[in-house]
Amino acid sequence: MALSSVLQSPAPGFNFDNAARNAALGRNDGGHTPKPLKTGTTIAGSGFQGEWWADKACAKIHYISPNIYCCGAGTAADTEKTTDLLSSNLTIFSLNSGRNPRVVMAANILQDMLYRYRGQIGANLILGGVDCTGNHLYKVGPYGSVDKTAYLSMGSGDLAALGILEDGFKPDLEMEQAKDLVRAAIQAGIMSDLGSGNNIDICVITRDGVDYIRPYQESETIKYKYRPGTTRVLTEKVVPLKLEVVHESVKKMVTG
Amino acid sequence: MERRCTGSEVKGVSTGTTILAAIYDGGVVIGSDSRASIGGEYVSSKTINKVIQVHDRIFCCMSGSLADAQAVTKAAKFQLSFHRFMERPPLVIAAATIMKELCYKNKEDLQAGFITAGWDHRHGPQVYVVSLGGMLVSQPVTIGGSGSTYIYGYVDAKYKPNMSREECLQFATNALALAMGRDNVSGGVAHLAVISETGVEHVVVPGNKLPRFNHE
Repeated sequence: MALSSVLQSPAPGFNFDNAARNAALGRNDGGHTPKPLKTGTTIAGSGFQGEWWADKACAKIHYISPNIYCCGAGTAADTEKTTDLLSSNLTIFSLNSGRNPRVVMAANILQDMLYRYRGQIGANLILGGVDCTGNHLYKVGPYGSVDKTAYLSMGSGDLAALGILEDGFKPDLEMEQAKDLVRAAIQAGIMSDLGSGNNIDICVITRDGVDYIRPYQESETIKYKYRPGTTRVLTEKVVPLKLEVVHESVKKMVTG
Repeated sequence: MERRCTGSEVKGVSTGTTILAAIYDGGVVIGSDSRASIGGEYVSSKTINKVIQVHDRIFCCMSGSLADAQAVTKAAKFQLSFHRFMERPPLVIAAATIMKELCYKNKEDLQAGFITAGWDHRHGPQVYVVSLGGMLVSQPVTIGGSGSTYIYGYVDAKYKPNMSREECLQFATNALALAMGRDNVSGGVAHLAVISETGVEHVVVPGNKLPRFNHE
């Protein structure tokens, strides 16, 4: 799967090189294949005057390149690996060409990769960044469909967030207004969706650089530690365990 | 969102669309709506672009699975770009045949249909339909997508050969408006492209500016 060049397309079809190895691991180790972890997420992105930013709760905003970041909803492993692969590919491009990648390149690479896997990679991605042609926001679906918009939300809390975005979005938002809009949208996702919760992270990307605010807003912390004596002890009973030595073996270490 | 919408024939985002193309005297009008949906329940985009320019004077309209349609038009655009090494631009039938080959050879895996329309130096304005299984047919006027079922009567009654450019544009706009008014998975804005020997003109009609009919 490792590509030495961005432009080299991998062999068609699925790559089953590791299938025999995985089966053998399962048998010998008594190990089990890891269960896919679903993120249960709300992610949203919005453009404002000249730049764009994304924000997200419950999962990371992934670094793609100095001017492009990506939010992922869906299967956590898939979003993690897909964005990592994309970032590596675009780093190779940057090294080869000496330029920052364009957002449309990232969207196309993602589209090609996800389409090739026919929806088996459960990655819903919001891709955004600023390049020499301006600010761009793309939505990439797990089957490989791409949509370019001014604002969008994805994840299990997307409908709640979309309501806020639809109501509040205007084409000429200032940065602070845009940040507040997306914060409110994510908040709606946190409140209305059982799968979303906790903190809000925001990433603001402008021509001058990236401001990754982690966290932008924290949920109220719930304390789980209680001081000794909080619960009154009514009775106490001590039962010593009878142990007998069944077998003892000493092995001397051979040195020198 | 996708796991909430099950039981749809199209996996993922569907264009669930109304697309059409019609030849007029001197050119061709191609148009579509702009709605993308999931499972027939959720509008995932109000502003999706389904009219793709694959060459200077050749456009394609997509229907069916958005991912499949985007992949096919990308591949077709790539293959057509090699015509830059020829003396003249590609014929419309060349573009339509590329789409047909892709659809026919991969018919088990793809769920996408297309209308290809354009102008070339040899045959003037043409419209081709590439259906789901990869059948290629040339027609003077054609409609496609889920919304097309509601406007067959209108198109059969109102289309005349050798219309003027304005008449044809009005005919296409009306047809799209009628389909978008009845089909739940068609909507948004009407994207139209008018292609002739002299050039290409994009016309976008927002939803609230679409023609309204008596009963609305």
